[in-house]
Formats: sequence, C-alpha cells, structure tokens
Amino acid sequence: MAHHEFAMPVTEAQARALKVNDTVTLQGTLYGIRDATQIHLFDRGRSTRFDLRGHAVIHTAPNVKKVPKSAEHPAGYAPLCIGTTTSDRMERFTHPLMRRCGVRLIIGKGGLREGSLAAFGELGGAYLAIIGGTAALETTWVEAIEDVDLDDLNPESLWKFRVRGFGPLLVAMDSHGASLYSEVKRHALARRAEALASLGVKA
Amino acid sequence: MKVEPAQVETVARELYIRALKLLPPDVKQGFDALARRESDPGAQRVLGTMIANIGVAERTDNLLCQDTGIPIYNVAIGRGVEVDGHALKQAIRRGCERATREHPFRSSVVHPVTRANEHSSCGRGVPVIAVDFSDREETLEIEMIPKGSGSENNSFLRMAIPAEGVDAIKRFVVDCVLEAGGKTCPPTIVGVGVGGTADLCVHLAKVAATRPLGSQCDDPDGARLETELTRAVNLLGVGPQGLGGDATAFAVHVETAATHITMNPVAVNMQCHSARRARATFRPGGVEYGY
Repeated sequence: MAHHEFAMPVTEAQARALKVNDTVTLQGTLYGIRDATQIHLFDRGRSTRFDLRGHAVIHTAPNVKKVPKSAEHPAGYAPLCIGTTTSDRMERFTHPLMRRCGVRLIIGKGGLREGSLAAFGELGGAYLAIIGGTAALETTWVEAIEDVDLDDLNPESLWKFRVRGFGPLLVAMDSHGASLYSEVKRHALARRAEALASLGVKA
Repeated sequence: MKVEPAQVETVARELYIRALKLLPPDVKQGFDALARRESDPGAQRVLGTMIANIGVAERTDNLLCQDTGIPIYNVAIGRGVEVDGHALKQAIRRGCERATREHPFRSSVVHPVTRANEHSSCGRGVPVIAVDFSDREETLEIEMIPKGSGSENNSFLRMAIPAEGVDAIKRFVVDCVLEAGGKTCPPTIVGVGVGGTADLCVHLAKVAATRPLGSQCDDPDGARLETELTRAVNLLGVGPQGLGGDATAFAVHVETAATHITMNPVAVNMQCHSARRARATFRPGGVEYGY
C-alpha cells in the first residue's frame, strides 16, 4: 500500500506501478470531463486543443462563476464547488480516452467496469477513487481554472484545473487486473443468501 | 393567514441555497452512529472524509456536493391559510431560478431530448412542485430537496404479483441495493414504496428516501419491514462508496399504500449520503427555517 506523489503528466511506467489500495496525490494539472464532453468527443467527432497525454481526468461538472479574465482566473471562471460524479455512465469512453487522447488516470466515484479494467491493462492506466459527495473538501485542493475547451457544453465543458495536493485518492482499479469494486461485488453477492435468510426469504 | 407570492419567492430562493450547504442534524447523527459501528478500517476512513466535508462546507460557506440536483419543493398548506395556488407555484419557480443565477451555482437541469440547459435549474415540469394539505392551523410549510442524480439514477419499479407475496418485496430491495453498489454514493437512505399504482408506488419510494433519519413509517407493517430490511441490506458489505464495509445504508425507509387485488408493486428510490433537505414554516408571526 504505497503512496505516490504525482506531478502531472505521468509516464506509462508510473501508471503501471500503481496497485489497488495504493494512494495517490496529484500536483499541477487535472482535466475535468463529463458525459456530454465525451459524447461530443467520441460520438460526434469533435476534438480538443488540449494535449491530454499522460494526464488525469476527473468525472466532474463544476459549479463556477463567470468573472473577468485575470492572472488569478485565466479562463474567466472562478471555481466555486468542484466535486465528482458517478463514473459508471461513462464506462464506454475509457478506452477511447486512453487510446486516442493518451489519458493515463481516471478519477471518479463508484467505479468502472470490466471494459475499463481491460483498457487499464492494455494501455497502462488506473482508476483513482475519490469520495463522492465531498465536494466542499475537494474544492480546497483546486487552485484555479486555467483554461476551458468545448465550453458550449457548459457545465460539461472540458476543464483544465490547476491543483495542489489533490488527494489522497485510492487506487481502486489497476493495470494488473485488480478492481476493488469487483471484489466488493463478489463478496456482496456471496452474502446475498445470508441477507435474504435474515428476512426469511429463500435465495 | 395570508401568504404573499413575493415572500414565497424569497423563501424558495433561500431554501435551495440552505439545502445545498447545511446537512440536517439527523443525517449528521446518522453519520456518527455509522462511524461508531463500522468495523472496516478503510470504510472508517471514507466515513471520516464524509464527516470532515460537512464541516468544510459549513466553514467555507460552500455547497456540500457539486450536484445541485433536480429541485423538488413540497408544499403543505394548513387550515386557515389564504394563498393564490397558481401564483405560489410561479413564485417557487422564480425563487429557484434566482438562487441558481444569483448565488450562482450549477444548473443541473436539461431538456430531455435536446439536452439544452437554461442555466436556471428550471425546465418543463421542473422544479418539481408537490402541493398537499395539512391540518395545522395557520401554517404553510415548504420543504426543499435537491435530489442528486447518482442516487436518482438508481431507481427501480417492479410490478410483482400477489402470488410472490411480501418475499418479492424483500428480495427486490436487497437486489436493488446490490445492483446499485457504489453508484448511489452510499451510505444511503433506501426508500421503498409498497403498494399503490405504479406512479404512486414510485412516489412513495421518494417520500421514504427523503424522510428524516429516525422517523418511522406510520403503518406498523411498513415499520416492521423497515427494521428487517435495514438489518438485511447492511449485511451485504457494499460499504461507503461501494468500497466495502458495514455502512451500506443509514436506514431503509418504507411507505405503503393500498393496492389492487391483482397487484403487488414495489419501488426503490435512494438518497445519497449527502441527504440534503431544508424547510421553511410560514406562521402569522413570520417565517422560520429548519430541516
């Protein structure tokens, strides 16, 4: 259970070194991405001017305030509340995000499925779990919104955040085929009969 | 008592913001109870982070969760209250829109086909406004619930049949909690609707999911189911965030309604751990805010 401090971006070797139950803290750049962002990127043929190679993306659509552009707010947005959404809806985008855009790390809540786990193994990546519903805390790790692309999709734009001490995040799926979510699900299914028996119901 | 639309608009605005920032005391107590009982060290850490976040939101005057949800306003009009019902609904809508634009915060509401966002938290049929009547003298209550999508996306209805009995209800609840896993942001309040028509059954599940922790179904048969199901779902080991542990649900809440002789409907609607709720009570002396 090692801890990793990552100054983004990272290499394939760094991503492959991660194992489930390790923890990670990010410094520097983090990209925010969501359902609509990926639908437009991968289903509707749009592209981004951002270079995501080696980077981490977080499943988010932040609360922001439009402000005049300044050194403090280079994109003209002040971050108000930045949190994390359920990853499962975006399962089918993991492979193209990694293959076409070179993303290495996906941060989200609730986990991804077998297809993503295979992509982490094939291309070298990992899923980092953040605690969903703790956005007030998460916001204190974000220094600024540095840039934004595909902003017609606001709030589901492609956001470029500058972060400091973003974590600790839990490695919940790794490139070695391990997933804490599959493990918990397997155990939960094994306990289903016990739960039903406590209700006097046959499994 | 006469209630003016302008006052309702101000209150509707204030309620949305309060609900997003201040977690009700019963939910905080629920967290403390889960943390005391949790035997898994990883789950302890997850619960600790959730509890820390409540304090950070209060200290920094920030939203608890980035999901501003689908806004729901439940209105209960008591006896001796004079109010223009149509104007009241319009005032709630304006208050909801003003909260979103003036605070500001994210509008999470889009058109279901075009996906266009009006950046007002409003749209066709949204905010959801449910009006009911109560027997309280000269009292009008408005409850505001920002319903997050992580939990709402895990909503289920099964039109079971009488021959399947109450076992079908119990099995369905356990399987829904299993299916939802970490996607609902557990620990959750699992709301269960039993009986009614299909739409009433789902509505009951929502009422159950958004009821304060510590409250009980006023149908003794429903209350018994609550006790049994709360114990059962917490045997599954899904845990906070679906990462394993004892604390899968704060509680299972049940609401019941009579149903047809041929029907045995059951619905599940869940509330995430950020179980947000705010309330305003209008009385002749003024408006009081609470949960």
